[in-house]
Amino acid sequence: MGEGFHPTTAEELEAVVKWAAAERTPLEVIGSGSKRNWGRAVQSAHTLRVDGIAGVIDYEPAELVLTVKAGTSLTDVQTLLKEHNQELPFEPADLSAVLGVPVQAGTIGGVLATNLSGPRRLKAGAARDHVLGLEAVSGRGEIFKAGGRVVKNVTGYDLSRGFCSSWGTLAVATSFSIKVLPRAAKECTFVLLGLTSQEASSAMSEAMGSSAEVSSAAHLPKGFCPLSQEHSITLLRLEGIPVSIEYRLDKLRSILKRFPSQELIEGQASRKTWGDLRDLIPFAGSDKPLWKLSVSPTAGQQVIAELEKRFAIRWMMDWAGGLVWVEMEGEGPHDVPLRRIITENGGGHATLLRGSVELRASVDVFQPQAETLMGLSKRLKAQFDPHGILNPGRMYAGI
Amino acid sequence: MAAIAMPKPSQETLRKRSKIVADLQKIVRGEGVICDEIEMRPYETDALTAYRQLPLVVVLPETVDQVSRVLKYCYDNDVKVVPRGAGTSLSGGALPLEDGVLLSMMKFNRILEIDLENRAVVTQPGVTNLGITTAVQQDGFYYAPDPSSQIACSIGGNIAENSGGVHSLKYGLTTNNLLGLEIVLITGEVIRLGGKHLDSEAYDLLALLTGSEGLLAIVTEVTVRVLQKPETARAALIGFPSSEEAGKCVAEIIGAGIIPGGMELMDKLAIDAAEDFVHAGYPLDVDALMIVELDGPEAEVDDLLKRVSAIAEKNGSSYLHVSQSEEERNTFWAGRKAAFPAVGRISPDYLCMDGTIPRAALPQVLQEMQELSEKHGLRVANVFHAGDGNLHPLILYDANIPGELAAAEAFGADILRLCVKVGGVLTGEHGVGIEKRDLMPEMYSEDDLKQQQRVKCAFDEKQLLNPGKMFPVLHRCAELGFMHVHQGQLPFPDIPRF
Ligand SMILES: Cc1cc2nc3c(=O)[nH]c(=O)nc-3n(C[C@H](O)[C@H](O)[C@H](O)COP(=O)(O)OP(=O)(O)OC[C@H]3O[C@@H](n4cnc5c(N)ncnc54)[C@H](O)[C@@H]3O)c2cc1C
Ligand SMILES: Cc1cc2nc3c(=O)[nH]c(=O)nc-3n(C[C@H](O)[C@H](O)[C@H](O)COP(=O)(O)OP(=O)(O)OC[C@H]3O[C@@H](n4cnc5c(N)ncnc54)[C@H](O)[C@@H]3O)c2cc1C
Repeated sequence: MGEGFHPTTAEELEAVVKWAAAERTPLEVIGSGSKRNWGRAVQSAHTLRVDGIAGVIDYEPAELVLTVKAGTSLTDVQTLLKEHNQELPFEPADLSAVLGVPVQAGTIGGVLATNLSGPRRLKAGAARDHVLGLEAVSGRGEIFKAGGRVVKNVTGYDLSRGFCSSWGTLAVATSFSIKVLPRAAKECTFVLLGLTSQEASSAMSEAMGSSAEVSSAAHLPKGFCPLSQEHSITLLRLEGIPVSIEYRLDKLRSILKRFPSQELIEGQASRKTWGDLRDLIPFAGSDKPLWKLSVSPTAGQQVIAELEKRFAIRWMMDWAGGLVWVEMEGEGPHDVPLRRIITENGGGHATLLRGSVELRASVDVFQPQAETLMGLSKRLKAQFDPHGILNPGRMYAGI
Repeated sequence: MAAIAMPKPSQETLRKRSKIVADLQKIVRGEGVICDEIEMRPYETDALTAYRQLPLVVVLPETVDQVSRVLKYCYDNDVKVVPRGAGTSLSGGALPLEDGVLLSMMKFNRILEIDLENRAVVTQPGVTNLGITTAVQQDGFYYAPDPSSQIACSIGGNIAENSGGVHSLKYGLTTNNLLGLEIVLITGEVIRLGGKHLDSEAYDLLALLTGSEGLLAIVTEVTVRVLQKPETARAALIGFPSSEEAGKCVAEIIGAGIIPGGMELMDKLAIDAAEDFVHAGYPLDVDALMIVELDGPEAEVDDLLKRVSAIAEKNGSSYLHVSQSEEERNTFWAGRKAAFPAVGRISPDYLCMDGTIPRAALPQVLQEMQELSEKHGLRVANVFHAGDGNLHPLILYDANIPGELAAAEAFGADILRLCVKVGGVLTGEHGVGIEKRDLMPEMYSEDDLKQQQRVKCAFDEKQLLNPGKMFPVLHRCAELGFMHVHQGQLPFPDIPRF
């Protein structure tokens, strides 16, 4: 029977990893376990749960920097920031609905280890762009720190950003310093109705290439969700001070006047719309395979067109077309044709977000890497975790 | 020559020099291999001119295939390689090694693709930072990170140093504006990372490479994000009777939730030098001068300028002037951008430091820096990216006076220790190079540094790429891989279980 470790300090965590390294026995690392259904299943005897290492270490709102222990719940972080009218600019998603897991808040460590970012990633950057410093325990069982508490820092390799999207396979984080920003005074969403996906793609590209400072851009096809029941809808989000939003709205209206069917979603309704898209609510309540595709923005609609020729799919575009969520009808596996279509349309990557245990065991959940790159990734893994005890196989076989 | 020691040259490599040169000439033909002493002179230093060293040989490849073959040759023959862009590094990152090939990337000088629909530019690494903006500006776009050296420095060098500029406060550093890279490892293997899409597919190697100072791989192609120029930009010159008040004003502007396009500070010595040099119209009766730039739609800029002015007034500002034209705005910046050379006119030599501190510590650090200045008997001029707490103290000295360089270096080290003491870091944007190498233990423990060096081992196990930079002690990779193992039973019954 495996142990379930639940340390409350970095030193306790270090002791657990040191022991596991000496015993060469693998650990499954979880924040609170909310994304266990994402990624490859881990084969391990023991579980190391990080959410006992929680709490704010330092927060000075005027510095726009928050230093926090890695197991702190995301909800706690967000509540604290909101009290000071600040937020995590990359707006991480709550994937509980779409993954069909019980409501149980995730941890900041889980968010950063997976580089989880929402619709505003388009303008504000990803989770990794906001990480300034890191303290962690490597798979060698050694505490190390990297980066610092200031925005500008090139002292040594950027291991803090390098940690992001490593899925707990290199090191277990115990604390982070994160850049935070003031919340926008106001937001609204400019809506175009009835565009084809091709038209939507060029409308989003024009909006992003203008000085309207659009912070999120998405397109939902007709019939996809209640919001797009009658017509397809294309959503362009504006945030800032009211005079500025007014002006930029006029700008969008005039750049996109060739699409006369225009609407506006304001205030709370706009927030709710983006919150639902961020959390993938339209895909909730189903267990069909759901893929996340990252492609160059203008290629998004081409990839969808190619997929529609061959498969029955439900989809939406975020990040101005650069992020495509695709739900496949039927168990598949669809990974090979899906990735071929991406390659033929300028490249990018595909990750399986939701799928049955059997499906996740039989396909490459993460984008397969070219041989030279895979070699480098394996060498990197070995330099942090020589015995392969942290989340073995979580991302790739051998990683 | 100053005091920082470089790794001992390999006698074998020095002995085989003529064979190495001949072999490299077979890979890069014609003028791409320089071995004549006089022709190698221009490469003996970067912008940290106190340090000079002629390389073994200079190679200027033109194709990725040549880069790959040169590196593989060096790998097979255990020859060290120092990459070089435009040579504007202020930390000695491109300082040659006596037994190392200096690999200049400046023939990689073409922009490969401009894709404005995807707001991306694909370029070779030798293109200058400003060259990217120039290529897209007729369509209203620009590349946001703007180091003061942008006319000269290469985008490859920017990646290696994670360079920033005045506009990084709002628009981020190199790392935040980078989409993709093609790199060549020391083994000659070519690897592509990212592209025009967002976020890496597995490990974030883009993050590790940005700021890696030429120690991990050679960059042969770069894809960056370009942005639409803000519609309006206006700058305000705000003077204060003391640096302390200016520092407080900076913290309060940010604290109020305003993120200006740029927010810079200069102290009295820097203001006088810049004004004398550029005639930017700076007030001379203030002790600290702030340049704040607000950008965006006109209505927003007006609104923010009002709020910034009110905060400045509350903090005791004694002078305020807002630019009334593009020309005037550019003049304000001309003074700031020429601040280093301007200080160069009032002193035979200067050392440019580059620490970052939490903004709130600004008044304290400026005060202590004055005390250090008296202690070391050298003047210091301060120019800094105040918005993100990045200081550039310029230490004035005269290299012809025996002992002054050493005194300046000691003063600089004290400043950086001060930065670390208040919760800051050794370098904000200029890199560790050789200059701050031996100060790394001020900020990092031995375990921290060893874990960083292990990253190097994953890329360059033989440690042939730019050795002697960044790390104070060179450990062999085998040694770094060694683990103390305490086998045994679960030694901690008291750790909670769930
Ligand atoms: C009920 C619920 C509410 C949520 N609410 C919100 C919300 O309001 N807003 C929002 O934006 N998001 C929200 N989320 C999303 C959630 O925070 C993310 O899914 C989060 O990334 C999951 O964190 P976790 O700790 O559960 O990660 P896990 O699923 O445990 O882990 C994910 C991955 O990260 C790794 N990992 C976790 N911690 C560490 C660490 N310290 N060091 C190294 N690797 C680590 C794991 O090994 C694993 O590979 C919510 C999620 C749930 C389930
Ligand atoms: C007057 C002046 C003002 C400056 N202002 C700023 C500023 O505002 N902000 C700022 O951040 N910096 C500033 N700098 C520092 C410098 O310009 C930057 O660090 C710049 O990015 C260096 O680019 P470079 O092409 O000159 O690189 P080099 O000096 O040639 O090399 C720098 C490092 O990059 C490596 N390198 C270069 N090209 C490659 C490649 N293709 N592949 C792998 N490694 C490579 C080298 O090995 C070296 O370690 C300033 C310098 C001067 C002289």
